[in-house]
Amino acid sequence: MAEDPIIKIEGIERKYVMGDDIEVMALDGVNISIHQGEYVAIMGPSGSGKSTMLNLLGCLDRPTAGSYWLGGEDVAKMDDDSLSDVRGRRIGFIFQSYNLIAQLTVLENIQVPLFYQGKSMAESYDRCVKLANLVGLGERLTHRPNQLSGGQQQRVAIARSLVNDPLMILADEPTGNLDSKTGLEVLDLIDDLNDDGKTIVLVTHDNYVAERAHRVIHMKDGHVDREEIKRQAGESRQKVYKRR
Amino acid sequence: MVNYQQFMSTVQLGIKTLLLHKLRSGLTMLGIIFGVCSVIAMLAIGEGASFEAQERIKALGSNNIIVRSVKPPEESREQNNTSGRGSGIRYGLTYDDASRVYSTIPGVERVLPMRLIRERIRFFEIELPCQVIGTLSFYPEIVSIDLLKGRFIAHMDEVYKQNVCVLTSSLAQRLFPYHDPLEQTIKIAGVYYRVVGLVREINTPGDRPQSGESEGETLDNNVYIPLSTCKARFGETLVKRTGNTVNSETVQLHEMRIQMKDHLFVESADPQVRTMLTRFHRDVDYEITVPLQLLRQAEATKRMFNIVLGSIAAISLIVGGIGIMNIMLANVTERTREIGVRRALGGKKRDIITQFLVETVVLSIGGGLVGVVVGVIVPLVVTASTGMQTIITWWSVALAFSISGAIGVVFGIYPANAAASLDPIEALRHE
Ligand SMILES: Nc1ncnc2c1ncn2[C@@H]1O[C@H](COP(=O)(O)OP(=O)(O)OP(=O)(O)O)[C@@H](O)[C@H]1O
Ligand SMILES: [Mg+2]
Repeated sequence: MAEDPIIKIEGIERKYVMGDDIEVMALDGVNISIHQGEYVAIMGPSGSGKSTMLNLLGCLDRPTAGSYWLGGEDVAKMDDDSLSDVRGRRIGFIFQSYNLIAQLTVLENIQVPLFYQGKSMAESYDRCVKLANLVGLGERLTHRPNQLSGGQQQRVAIARSLVNDPLMILADEPTGNLDSKTGLEVLDLIDDLNDDGKTIVLVTHDNYVAERAHRVIHMKDGHVDREEIKRQAGESRQKVYKRR
Repeated sequence: MVNYQQFMSTVQLGIKTLLLHKLRSGLTMLGIIFGVCSVIAMLAIGEGASFEAQERIKALGSNNIIVRSVKPPEESREQNNTSGRGSGIRYGLTYDDASRVYSTIPGVERVLPMRLIRERIRFFEIELPCQVIGTLSFYPEIVSIDLLKGRFIAHMDEVYKQNVCVLTSSLAQRLFPYHDPLEQTIKIAGVYYRVVGLVREINTPGDRPQSGESEGETLDNNVYIPLSTCKARFGETLVKRTGNTVNSETVQLHEMRIQMKDHLFVESADPQVRTMLTRFHRDVDYEITVPLQLLRQAEATKRMFNIVLGSIAAISLIVGGIGIMNIMLANVTERTREIGVRRALGGKKRDIITQFLVETVVLSIGGGLVGVVVGVIVPLVVTASTGMQTIITWWSVALAFSISGAIGVVFGIYPANAAASLDPIEALRHE
């Protein structure tokens, strides 16, 4: 690939110190590069460090060693406020349990990342409505999360992850709480985003989910076990659907 | 950074969040409501009470020293008993006392002597109890009094022992339901007097002692006559018959008001008057009142009162604040996940602090506002139902309100900090 990767991780370590001298190496020398427009799935057994990896990618956490370039910025050593800022500008999160804010409406939930960038609702209204329409919730702008189904809530979360036009979208088992049909709908939506050029990094236990990615990173005991190329960048996903 | 719009939407968010749990928020605010309400209401009632007291004292005149004749206790006048059939006693202030005070004590402007006699006043069929006050023409310059009609007793009335009188308006109203009282002739103890003026005493009726034993009558029934007339018509000895015992009292003056040139003289004159009276009176048959001292005492009492009330109110406000803090801490725990999400979506620590602080302040200021309204209503209700005077001072409202706001900040900081210092990952994993 000619252009520089948007994510470049080198020799990343994440060590948890518990008690006096018990140390857990959640990540132990991981190297990963991810390019613009890629769809990467991270798989691996429980406890292999997938979530830890994703948290680091999402700048929610800092590595104990190693370097992390995100879109040309070295974020490994940033302070808390700068990390918040990077998260707000560059990253979209989709969580397993949706994590919408209960007291806000659909529209307001979608706007939250922009709110923290100092934008008013008036400024962001059009964009939020557009995204709500994109995820098929244009009719439910004033609903509260508890008035929505799980699938609908996850769609709101997807719209929210897009509102700041992030460099990449991070999803930790986004279909984990959904039934298979709704799960597929959500995955299709994520596919569409990728088709429009969004970079996606997704953690999953499900091989069928991983099938949709360009590349699958298999993790084991805190390091990358192997990488599996599913299809080339730009290659149509049509046949993947057919194969399923 | 913290722009106005963002702040306003944070406030909106805070209100929205609080409305999500209306009952809880309401109960949390109760503490502040009671606190603020009690500050305002208690201070209003306290102010009102002390204002009334101070007005009454001021009406006595802060330049004055009041000396009253008091009947000495039984045992000390036992030897004066003439027979088993009654007693005659002599006590109280004398004309000599008055002139001695006037001529020897520095700084005295004038001395106003008074004789007070309980009698009955009569105009044709109407007969009413009254208080005859024999005094001099400058009475109105020493005692707070409003001249409503006609004139007060004049110096010439005194010189010629004229049978003229001035009535208090409330007495006149009852005595002359259908006539203009001026120039009418009334009768007291068999003597006729011409009414020359109507007055209203300001705030003093409760302070006037009564001569003789007839108490419990309304006190604002004054009939002012010249002192010389009074002495000539009533003499100095009052005789009271109860059953077959006869009691007589001889009193020259019932009261004298010493007016000082300036209130600065009052303090030095007080002990001098005392010393002089002890020298000429075997018994303590007088009583000295210094309105200035009373005023100082009333002010000191009021300060104490305010401190006590203030502390009680402050404690209730602090209790309210602790209630708020408690709820906010529970809130932080309950909303850990939300905090994690907000952090993940770009919220900085300080955004989280602002959010929770704003919620606390909205709670406390909301409580403060309700408290102010209730606190203003309570004194009005008290006044309407008991007739007690209350004064709502603007500073008590401002004080109570700003304390409620401050409490929101002070007691909100800890929970807000606790919320902001949560680790985003931990917070997201919560539950
Ligand atoms: N806060 C922490 N303190 C101590 N150890 C931790 C902490 N978070 C994670 N770990 C350890 O790091 C390792 C990796 O955890 P991680 O959550 O990344 O696993 P995972 O691959 O996401 O597992 P799963 O598939 O079950 O979600 C585990 O051994 C875990 O015990
Ligand atoms: Mg995990």
